[in-house]
Amino acid sequence: MEQFEFNYPAKRKAPRRAHVGVVGSGDLEVLLEPIDGTTASVRIRTSVDGFKETWKAVLDRFFGQYDGAVRIEINDAGATPGAVYLRLQQAVEANEP
Amino acid sequence: MNNLADIAKGGDGAKSAPILSRDYLQRRSFIELNARERAKSLFDPETARELAGPFDRIESPWLSVQGVTPQADDGCIVMRGTINGNETVVIAFSGAFQGGGIGEVSGAKLTAALDLARIDNEKGKPTSAVMLLETGGVRLQEANLGLAAVAEIISSIIALRRYAPVISVIAGPVGCFGGMSLAAGVSSYIVMTPEGRLGLNGPEVIEEESGTDEFDASDRSLIWSIFGGQQRYDQGLVDVLVDDDTDQMIKTVRELIAKGVPTVHRSEQIDLYRSRITALDPSRQWDPKDLHSWSAASLARPTAPNQGGSETKADRT
Repeated sequence: MEQFEFNYPAKRKAPRRAHVGVVGSGDLEVLLEPIDGTTASVRIRTSVDGFKETWKAVLDRFFGQYDGAVRIEINDAGATPGAVYLRLQQAVEANEP
Repeated sequence: MNNLADIAKGGDGAKSAPILSRDYLQRRSFIELNARERAKSLFDPETARELAGPFDRIESPWLSVQGVTPQADDGCIVMRGTINGNETVVIAFSGAFQGGGIGEVSGAKLTAALDLARIDNEKGKPTSAVMLLETGGVRLQEANLGLAAVAEIISSIIALRRYAPVISVIAGPVGCFGGMSLAAGVSSYIVMTPEGRLGLNGPEVIEEESGTDEFDASDRSLIWSIFGGQQRYDQGLVDVLVDDDTDQMIKTVRELIAKGVPTVHRSEQIDLYRSRITALDPSRQWDPKDLHSWSAASLARPTAPNQGGSETKADRT
């Protein structure tokens, strides 16, 4: 299992927290919470080692679109980059009604 | 062979209801909901609140040291609210996370939920419990703690069921196995769908221990004709068989809560089950059809398949 942290600039406050997904094979869980300040932080725990660059690429793309000040925690059980991106979008959708 | 409706009627090729009926296509599936949605679906609107949810981060301390990613709610969802006006706690296991396995934390959440319901009953506030069981039993990464948790769960169910019904629902194909099948066995009522499975040792375990001659764990029709909801209902081990339909599930749970504590719990009917075991000849190989007629013969009630589902049959005497 590997764990890493990424930070991105944020511009606005996020409305509320959201929880989506499940730590099942090929899937992941996303916990999204609003925080104060102008930074979004992401903590990832994944059961599949050696994909830090791939995680960074997915998150770079996600935060190219999203500017909320949030703390995101991801618990991953081997989701593909596409599945990760969809879960992140789902979390944002659940957090912004 | 695998059509238990046929078997129940003596294998005379009786017609069963068409599967692709309008009702079937338009139903709201219960199995397709995730664990949190299943729990929430049973409550009266706007009454459900989650206890010890994912943002409380009460997760297993044992998984990450073994290289397994933990889940923020440890795969156990606890919700409190009212069902048809009755105070109820619903505990749902997420079969997708570690096969719904019971660990130290998820077991403690279930036990605490049942104990709090018992304390409320003792204080004069009637509170029922519903367990949505999608679990392979003890989580192997936390084996000893999981076994201890199952013992506590069973004690807590038995303490609570004197005051209020404890209802086990086994809806999805993950089923309910291992120690948690014992927990289901001591509950007041068991509800299954035909897709659900209930057993102590699962198919893979039996095959691993005794070989494919004893049990072919790749034969899905064999698995469901032994462990499946229809067989378990016909054997009298399950109180209500319902279709995979959220509205029917809500109706069934409401009816069972209204029914209250059974006069005699299944696990108290020692003479009945001992006599059934005595009548079983283990020296020969039993097939699902034999098993069906053996259990039907020892039951004092008709065993016509209950495809309609929502009917609540009285417990056997």
